[in-house]
Amino acid sequence: MSEKVLMKGNEAVAEAAIRAGCRLYFAYPITPQSELIEYMARMMPKVKGTFVQAESEIAAINMVYGASGCGKRVMTSSSSPGIALKQEGISYMAGANLPGVIVNVQRGGPGLGDIQPAQGDYFQATRGGGNGDYYTPVLAPSTVQEFADMASLAFDLADKYRNPVLILADGLLGQMMEPVEFQPYKTEEELKVLDNQHLDWCCCPNEDEPNHHHHEINSLEIDPVVLEQHVLKLGRKYEEITRNEQRWEDYDVNADNEILVVAFGTASRICKSAVDDLNAAGHNIGLVRPITLWPYPYDAVAKAVGPKVKKVIVFELNLGQMVQDVKLAVNGKVPVEFMGKVGGILFTPEEVLTKIRENL
Amino acid sequence: MKSEMICAGFGGQGVLTIGKFMVKAGMVEGKNVSWLPSYGPEMRGGTANVSTVISDKPVGSPIISYPDIVIALNQPSIDKFGYNIKAGGLLIYNEDMCPNGIDRDDIDIVKAPMSSIAIEIGSARVLNMVAIGIIIGRTGLVKIETMLDSIAPLKKKAPELYEMNVLAIEKGFEIGKKL
Repeated sequence: MSEKVLMKGNEAVAEAAIRAGCRLYFAYPITPQSELIEYMARMMPKVKGTFVQAESEIAAINMVYGASGCGKRVMTSSSSPGIALKQEGISYMAGANLPGVIVNVQRGGPGLGDIQPAQGDYFQATRGGGNGDYYTPVLAPSTVQEFADMASLAFDLADKYRNPVLILADGLLGQMMEPVEFQPYKTEEELKVLDNQHLDWCCCPNEDEPNHHHHEINSLEIDPVVLEQHVLKLGRKYEEITRNEQRWEDYDVNADNEILVVAFGTASRICKSAVDDLNAAGHNIGLVRPITLWPYPYDAVAKAVGPKVKKVIVFELNLGQMVQDVKLAVNGKVPVEFMGKVGGILFTPEEVLTKIRENL
Repeated sequence: MKSEMICAGFGGQGVLTIGKFMVKAGMVEGKNVSWLPSYGPEMRGGTANVSTVISDKPVGSPIISYPDIVIALNQPSIDKFGYNIKAGGLLIYNEDMCPNGIDRDDIDIVKAPMSSIAIEIGSARVLNMVAIGIIIGRTGLVKIETMLDSIAPLKKKAPELYEMNVLAIEKGFEIGKKL
């Protein structure tokens, strides 16, 4: 680990991606993630990487498709409306078993919305987003440090499962600065190992095997019998990811909790301040923070509902999206309440505290 | 220890920088910190503000409803944030641009003609360093030595500006201490 530096989330995730071996980045600017593309524009030439400001978000995701097809670590980023445009490409990547990392620094929607932080893309992120039967692992950071750490995790998951991986942040995490420590840069040898892991399927020539097999990357399969087997195989992959990759944080969760709070990302850290204040005043509130939004940690949420929990309260910066997954997890055991803020407006710790107190 | 501060003023007065230098010094001293700017249209010429937290514990909410400290470089900033300061909290404001001040007697108030002081030192640009000096002098939130170290890289790049910054911080520090 290196020394701590003070950085915006947008810059930290870009730096961490480069350190994790990303040498190809294609994107189109949009607030509130533009510091990310600016950082990549500045740094990619210095690490002998390639930066392209594409003519559109759609062009950028298709450049990602191409670079990924060559077996390279590649990333794109945008904010909500831009991510909506990329959905076709993400679906194609999933269909073609292509790794790649997509960062969404969410803003208020729907449509062009505004440029303030929001969590309205939860459904889009966790339910595929594009057409067809597919999922992308979704990582939801809540601090600048975690945002940075997730770059490397996202690439590892993408490579391991040959699947696009989404980092779902928001304008607040993109714009705020916090101290962050980085992993060291990958060495030339480590980068070589990363490249070699894809030689059995990618379109990059393998120098060690001049007559290597013809590789084809495609998401079109016109024969239904073949497509059926392909999609069933994708399904087994999603089952495997669901078994292996659920991540979450338990915060003050114990057997005597009176109320359980569930929140992710920016909303969760506002909730933590409220939970701290209430617990300091003698109450016992637990909080579960899902870190992977897909696969969703259903069992972890269910397990956190202790015997004395009267109610589960879900806080999100949307009209109520993750609350549906919380209800599936809690399965009617106790009532599930929801509080949301929309339009790029954030709830304050006091508003969260008041909502919890009303239910005590 | 947890200190929540809002710095506010016109765009271009350097309020974001006040926050940045404060949290950077906090970080160097081993504290947990966060810096959250207002962003969007108001950054271009209108009022700008930044919320900073310096804390012994990991920072939960970076959003501040009731700050411990407010630094107001103009009157609209007092009107927007001054009345949310916690009782017993601190308001530091720029006398040159806050004609109405604030009508509260349950908080500590430090006022100084920061714009005039900055111009006297040699550049309106060091206004924010005067403010930083006052914050440190009044609160001891970070050490003045840490702050002076953090601007040391300027010494070679822009020696004149560096000297003015040091002067501004020291002048502010004295004001903060004295009152």
